Amino acid sequence: MSLRRPAKNQPDSFEFNALSLEAANSIIAKYPKGKQQSAVMALLYIAQRQNNNWIPLAAMKYIAKFLDMPYIKVYEVATFYTMYNLSPVGKYLVQVCTTTPCMIRGANQLVEACKEKISENECELSNDKSCSWMEVECLGACVNAPMMQINDDYYEDLDKQKTLDILDKILNGETPKPGSYRGRLNNEPENNRKTLMDLKNA
Amino acid sequence: MLKDQDRIFQNLYNDKGSDVSSSQERGDWVNTKEITDKGRDWIINEIKESQLRGRGGAGFPTGLKWSFAPKEVGSRPHYLVINGDESEPGTCKDRDILRFEPHKLIEGCLIASYAVQAHVCYIYIRGEYFVDGQKLQAAIDEAYEKKFLGKNAAGTGWDLDIYIHYGAGAYICGEETALLESIEGKKGQPRLKPPFPALIGLYGCPTIINNVETIAVVPTILRRGGKWFASLGREKNTGTKIFCISGNVNTPCNVEEEMNIPLKELIEVHAGGVIGGWDNLQAVIPGGSSMPLIPKEKCETLTMDFDSLMAEKSGLGTAGIVVINKDQDIIKCMARIARFYKHESCGQCTPCREGSGWMWRMLERMAKGDATKDEVDMLGDVTNQIAGHTICAFGEGSSWPVQGLLRHFKKEIEKRNNLDPIVQKKNNIPYLVDQHLLDKKNA
Amino acid sequence: MLKLKVNEIEVEVEEGLTVLQACEKAGVEIPRFCYHEKLSIAGNCRMCLVEMEKSPKPIASCAMPAAEGMNIKTNTALVEKARKGVMEFLLANHPLDCPVCDQGGECDLQDQSMYYGVDKSRFKENKRAVPEKHMGPLIKTQMTRCIHCTRCVRFATEVAGVPELGAIGRGEDMQITTYLEQSMQSELSANVVDLCPVGALTSKPYVFEARPWELKKTETIDVMDAIGSNVRVDTYDWEVKRVLPIINEDINEEWISDKTRYACDGLLHQRLDTPFIKYNGKFEKASWDEVYKIIKSKFENTSKEKICGFIGDLNNMETGYIFKEFFDRTVDTKNYDSRSDNRFINTSKRENYLFNSSINGIEEADLILLVGSNPRYEATILNARIRKSYLNNNTKIISLNNVGDLTYPYQSLDGQTQTLNNILEGNHEISKEIINSKKPIIIIGESLLRLKSSEFLFNKTKEFLLKNNKISDEWNSLNILSTDASTVGSIDLGIINNENNLFSDLKEHKFDIVYLVGQDNLEFHKKDEFIIYQGSHGDKGAESADIILPGAAYTEQDGYFTNLEGKIQKAYKASYPPGEAKEDWQIINELAEFMNNRKLFNDKDELESSMFNYLKLQKEKKLNDQNNPVKEFQNEYLKVKVKDYYFSNVIARSSKTMVECNNSKLNLKSTGTEG
Repeated sequence: MSLRRPAKNQPDSFEFNALSLEAANSIIAKYPKGKQQSAVMALLYIAQRQNNNWIPLAAMKYIAKFLDMPYIKVYEVATFYTMYNLSPVGKYLVQVCTTTPCMIRGANQLVEACKEKISENECELSNDKSCSWMEVECLGACVNAPMMQINDDYYEDLDKQKTLDILDKILNGETPKPGSYRGRLNNEPENNRKTLMDLKNA
Repeated sequence: MLKDQDRIFQNLYNDKGSDVSSSQERGDWVNTKEITDKGRDWIINEIKESQLRGRGGAGFPTGLKWSFAPKEVGSRPHYLVINGDESEPGTCKDRDILRFEPHKLIEGCLIASYAVQAHVCYIYIRGEYFVDGQKLQAAIDEAYEKKFLGKNAAGTGWDLDIYIHYGAGAYICGEETALLESIEGKKGQPRLKPPFPALIGLYGCPTIINNVETIAVVPTILRRGGKWFASLGREKNTGTKIFCISGNVNTPCNVEEEMNIPLKELIEVHAGGVIGGWDNLQAVIPGGSSMPLIPKEKCETLTMDFDSLMAEKSGLGTAGIVVINKDQDIIKCMARIARFYKHESCGQCTPCREGSGWMWRMLERMAKGDATKDEVDMLGDVTNQIAGHTICAFGEGSSWPVQGLLRHFKKEIEKRNNLDPIVQKKNNIPYLVDQHLLDKKNA
Repeated sequence: MLKLKVNEIEVEVEEGLTVLQACEKAGVEIPRFCYHEKLSIAGNCRMCLVEMEKSPKPIASCAMPAAEGMNIKTNTALVEKARKGVMEFLLANHPLDCPVCDQGGECDLQDQSMYYGVDKSRFKENKRAVPEKHMGPLIKTQMTRCIHCTRCVRFATEVAGVPELGAIGRGEDMQITTYLEQSMQSELSANVVDLCPVGALTSKPYVFEARPWELKKTETIDVMDAIGSNVRVDTYDWEVKRVLPIINEDINEEWISDKTRYACDGLLHQRLDTPFIKYNGKFEKASWDEVYKIIKSKFENTSKEKICGFIGDLNNMETGYIFKEFFDRTVDTKNYDSRSDNRFINTSKRENYLFNSSINGIEEADLILLVGSNPRYEATILNARIRKSYLNNNTKIISLNNVGDLTYPYQSLDGQTQTLNNILEGNHEISKEIINSKKPIIIIGESLLRLKSSEFLFNKTKEFLLKNNKISDEWNSLNILSTDASTVGSIDLGIINNENNLFSDLKEHKFDIVYLVGQDNLEFHKKDEFIIYQGSHGDKGAESADIILPGAAYTEQDGYFTNLEGKIQKAYKASYPPGEAKEDWQIINELAEFMNNRKLFNDKDELESSMFNYLKLQKEKKLNDQNNPVKEFQNEYLKVKVKDYYFSNVIARSSKTMVECNNSKLNLKSTGTEG
């Protein structure tokens, strides 16, 4: 992965809407007085949510003024953390974990499915511009590998066919049910549970 | 196997629901005031007696860490920061605590805050765990409603506010000082130590940073006594631990077990055995990706705790066990881990910034058999040039898995990469074709 | 004091110092890239690793505080291996394009790789390439060479006070850039070129001009403002190729302003290289003899009351002194001045026109009040000190006017002199703050001294400070911020017309001969006057002249300058005047000889000793304060007039680089992105 660059086509201006403004102010209130810079990460999220899943430069500028900090510091933060999308990613962002624990359980099949359904290359919008996919580093659900994240939700215990089904759904504008796709309860050993049996049977 | 009643996280699989009333049924929030009434010193002593070691990876004694907080609150307030930036490949234990046992964590925060005299606690959760963070937020809201938080929290007379701070996709923020930088709204680049955060931490104030699991076990330890906790496991490696078993096993799972449990038991009993049978096992990463792997021979007898793994030149780390069977290409697996570290390097200090990419590229070539013989040793040199020279432990952490690979699978690499570095038989050696290697040989 | 051992050598260091500083004290040099004394500690290059007893890993000496009983070793195999390892990493992605790199020959990476580098590269992967960045007209970037030490980022944020540089991205893709690649909006920006330990940031105007070992290096004094920054002038043949700062902790520390550094190409353009005589409105080349002859006959045929002289803003004190001697002895008139208008100056006591708190004193100040000055443009280096004081001590800063961004926050008042008067009368909340401060500083700018009530306000200020014990041997709160290099020196030499009639007489065309020495700032329309202009550049003064005497610029003659604090420093000759041009003192001396058959001074040494004698006498004389009785006060709006920063003197006005600098700022203004 090389340095992520801001999109070429940028909107001229950005402003929080009423909802975002309220959220932003309640976040700033979490931090001590004069330390409002702490809210920059959360505010970038709010901007990203408001602006169809990506952050335009105008929003960084807006946030810098909002928090009274230098632009470059906001820009640094936005380019440092990988969850900030600096160019459009579509309504659904599919992130496939391909780090070793997922890799050895067949994460490449998920990648293939994405290539078939969404686009040949990662970080590229699908034909209908509704979604894009990318390989990401460990998402922290290794016990449920292979898995992927679509927007906020985790889809776990997948294989190629299940991934294709999920992608079909999102391409139709539906939101598939998150969680394990093998019907097991969260992180329990599937059909092999030896612990906390009372609770299970209770 | 650990008895069910000795398991701290009864709702690990969410059989019961994580709301406050079902948590109370499991014993949370029952007598918090009685615990705090016994005083700070008692709490810290009890934790010291339990020999609880940090569950985040380094295994630093928790009681000792708390005792580093200044005894008197000066002009600067104290902070408690909870590290929930769980990003180590192979690890997914904190996520289950956040979503299924949030009240254990919240109550732990209250007690720990009381012990280190903090009135504000930040819980740093990796950005990808947004949904799980929302569940924790709901639990925090519930706790405020029940007056377990806020002014005179849970009747203890201690005021505490808990806030969640989301990360945004940076493994390095799991390093405690990088995490503080991130909370301060900066890039997550680790700070130089000293000064240590216990004296100069968040906003320059004394700050105690603990892992989610560490804090979540605190209320139970204090209820059942440090002695009870210390009776599990073995000396200095006490208590229970959530193990995450992933990779090539039949039933990958999270399970809370006693410290010092045999690795084989974890894999065979809880994880349903290695895919293709025990004989098909190739290696195990015992504690998250930065811990050097353990080859099969040693897995037979290995027990899982801090010190016994240290003796094997590896470590318990986060107890994220990744099982790799013989169907996998071990070099490729490690190359992928090297890529992870290259991707997650913060770029601040030279060895990690330049070395992690170099290691990854070399390993990729080695996986394909595109490397020359001498490069195997050179890869070892590069890892040694990183280890011990970085600002933070995560930087050198990038070199440990590669060192593990070289320690146990060097023959494998050499077999695949037998290209000769010099074209010895040719009379005309083209200029600049590694003549120095030839010189070395002649010398 | 702490005692520790470095390579078995015992050293004692103050508390708060680092291991690296302790090592230096023990005479052990530690290699480093990111560490810089004047910047915050980053500890990221890892080159300064040393071995510490009881520590299993080597420690970064730049970041580790020295502690009692430490045992440091820097010469062990462990240390050498660590440093070699770090060096290999630094070189792995470094392009090693030294032959085409301007840093070659003065590159930290090059130097240190001689000690710690390996002769062959083991790095077989593709090297990283990083696109160039646009950082304005002064800084050329070649970011592939960057080793990410972040010195430039720290300088911009901390010293310059313009947080515009940053490191974006992360890991091996991290890049240093300005926000969206705009040029840096700072007058100190080019210091990052010096700070850059490699060739990532190099000097744009100096690109491929010369190699450092080809240049003759002369340590001298800068004249672009009244600070007297210590600089090194590098010349190739007679051309001044570049100007670099040298360390003077009392004045410029390690920094110089962009104007100091880059106006030097103005020394090559618009130069007067031969005497000229104006015939029918056209300049024609002439010989020295010819022009001296004409001047002689002019002077002989004009009564001395009709002759006046003005000396300019860049002249050294020797020129000033001989100019004065020429008028006193050869012409026999007092019609001369070093100012360009009737700015008020009380010359009775030296403290009345000096920056008495001293530049170092700014760091101790607990309150700073600016009246009629914009230090960012009038004295950039001094402004950096004010910022340092603000950063270190959170010093409160107040300005009578809102003068725009000064790189630190300040409270601005309404700009009315009535407000100042109220403060000085003790009827303002700020009066109390000043009285309660231990070390307040009041900085009076030249804009205030040009007001109608300037004398009133000056006297009032002094009275207020004296009354409240703010002028004593320990601390003197009264500060005049002079803007030009010659100002204080010329006043010390008494080149000032105390009757204050010169400028009105000049405007009323009462003079027949006007002799301008480097004076280009007079506001006056020529009528029938015969104007002699002596100077280095063809600027306003030369344009109006009838005779031009080509002089030398500050890099072309030895000479003393007194800075705004009253510190006298010598500037050394780095080059020589072009063509027929001569050193200024020489011209006046020769002219005097031509007119009276007698030189004023036999040689430069005689001139110097005579000048110092004069200064000594004056110093003894200037002990008693003489204040005229306080005049009427009238409220005025104090407008801080700052000369066009990049065009404030003849050298800067002739510099193409300064034009580019000015344009790069104008562009920003017109796009509205300046904030």
